[in-house]
Amino acid sequence: MRVSVIGFQGDVEEHVIALNKSANRLHLDCEILATRKADEIEESEAIVIPGGESTTISRLIFGDKISDIIIRLANEGVPVMGTCAGLILLAREGDEQVEKTDTQLLGLMDVRVKRNAFGRQRESFQTRLNIKGIGEFDAVFIRAPAITEAENGVDVLATVDEYVVAAKQDNILAFAFHPELADDTKVHEYFLRMI
Amino acid sequence: MELEKLKFGTELIKRGFAKMQKGGVIMDVTNAEQAGVAEDAGAVAVMALHKVPADIRQTGGVARMADPKKIKEIIDAVTIPVMAKIRIGHVTEAQALEALGVDMVDESEVLTPADVFFHVDKRKFVIPFVCGARSLGEATRRIWEGAAMIRTKGEAGTGNVVEAVRHMRLINRSIANLKEIDEDGIHKVAEHYAGSYVKLLGDIREEAGINREITQKDVVFEEYTFEDIVEGLYRELLEIRDIQRLTVVNFAAGGVATPADAAFMMQLGADGVFVGSGIFKSSNPADFASAIVEAVHHYDEPEVIAEISKGIGEAMKGLDVFLLSEDEKLQTRGV
Repeated sequence: MRVSVIGFQGDVEEHVIALNKSANRLHLDCEILATRKADEIEESEAIVIPGGESTTISRLIFGDKISDIIIRLANEGVPVMGTCAGLILLAREGDEQVEKTDTQLLGLMDVRVKRNAFGRQRESFQTRLNIKGIGEFDAVFIRAPAITEAENGVDVLATVDEYVVAAKQDNILAFAFHPELADDTKVHEYFLRMI
Repeated sequence: MELEKLKFGTELIKRGFAKMQKGGVIMDVTNAEQAGVAEDAGAVAVMALHKVPADIRQTGGVARMADPKKIKEIIDAVTIPVMAKIRIGHVTEAQALEALGVDMVDESEVLTPADVFFHVDKRKFVIPFVCGARSLGEATRRIWEGAAMIRTKGEAGTGNVVEAVRHMRLINRSIANLKEIDEDGIHKVAEHYAGSYVKLLGDIREEAGINREITQKDVVFEEYTFEDIVEGLYRELLEIRDIQRLTVVNFAAGGVATPADAAFMMQLGADGVFVGSGIFKSSNPADFASAIVEAVHHYDEPEVIAEISKGIGEAMKGLDVFLLSEDEKLQTRGV
C-alpha cells in the first residue's frame, strides 16, 4: 500500500515521518513516499498535500499536470489530506489573496478559504483543539488559512472563533494547522484509517 | 478567541515557519514591483532590502536596514512571507521589523555589523530569524541563540557560487565528523565554539589589568554564564550528531546566480535557496526567477535543468572571489 506525500515544496519530510510512525502504531504495511513523479502518484492509495506556500505548490502541481492525477484519484475515492497550504489547494473557492495571485485550486472540497486568516507570522500560534473524531490536539498554526464558508456535505471537525480549521468531506480531509509538526500522530492515524 | 489559551513565538512555531520554506526559493527584492515578479515566478518568500548585495558592494558606505516605508509597500504588495535584513547585533532594527509585521528577520553579514561582540539574542523575539554561517561552529552558535533557519554565507553580491559550496561542504563534513568523536570530545568542541562569547569580558579584564581566566560561572552574554552556553552548544551538537543534519532548516545563499547553481546547492544538501543579486541583476529577471524556481524543484533531473537553462539570457556578470581582498569579503563578518 502506497501513501504519497506530494513532494514539490514545504514540510514534506515531516509528513513522511509522522505517517511512518502512524503506520507502525496501526501495524499497517505502508510505503510512505515523498514524490513529485506522475507514475508514482498514480499508484497511491492515499495522498497528502503538505504545508508550504500555496502559490508555489499550486504553480508546480498544475505546471506538471500532477493536479489532474490528484483530482482523478480523489474522485475515485482515494483519501486525500491537505494541511495549511494543502487545505487551500483542496478548496473550491479562495479569497481575494488567492484570486490576486491567480492561484489555481483543486476544488475537491466544497469550501471557501481565506489565506493568512489569522494574520502574519507574528500572529502565528499554538493552541489546544478538540477535533471531532480525533480528540484533543496541540495544534500549530503558521500564517494559517481558514475555512470561511462550508457547504452541507462538509463535516466541520474543529473551529477557532468563527473559523473552521479542520473539516472532512467524504474522502477529503483538511486542516488549517500542521499536525505533521506535532509529536502527536493522532491526526495521521485517523487519516490512514480512512484508506 | 481566548488569548490566554494561545501561545505565540514558540520554538516550534518559529522553526515550523522555516520548514514551510523548504524546497523553495527566497528572492531579494528592493521594491513592490520586484516582489510581484518574485511571487509570480513561484518564490516562497521575498527578502526586502534597500539595495541588492551587488549594489551594496559597489556603493560602499554603511549598509543598514531598509526603509520601513519600502518594506511596508512590499508587505502590502505580496501574499507570500516577507523577510528583511538587519545589521548583525542590531536589536533595535530587529524590534522595528517585528513591529512592522515582517515575517522573518535575516541577521545578515551583507549589511554593516552593528555589534562586534554579539549577535542578537533571538529567543527574545516572537518572529523567527535566519542567520548566515560558514562553519558548523557559526551555525551551532546561531541556533543556540535562537535562529530558526541557517543559510550559508557564501560571498554575497559576487554571482559566484564557490563560497556557498565551500560553506555547505564544510558544514556537512563537520556534521559527519561528529560521529567520529566521543561525547567528551564533543564537549570539548562545544567549549571551543563557546570561545567567541567571552571576548567582551576578556577585553574588559585586560583593559583593567585583571589577570583572571574566564570561569564557568561568569555571565558572558545576556543572562547566560559561560557554562550555560557550553552546555547549550553541547546539547545542540549531540542532536546534530544524532540526526546528522542541522536541527533547523539549512538554505544555500551567497553567490547563487543560475538555475544550475541553485540545483547544485540542492544536490549538496541545501533545504532551499536564497537568490540575491542573481535575479534582478540578470538580463531577464522574470525568466531567471522562474527558471531558478523550476531548477530547485527538479534539482535531481538533469534534463529539466538543461531545458530550463536554454536561452534565458545573461546571468549577472559576477566577481572572482579569489581576487577580493579580505576587507572586501562579507563572509568574515559576525562569527
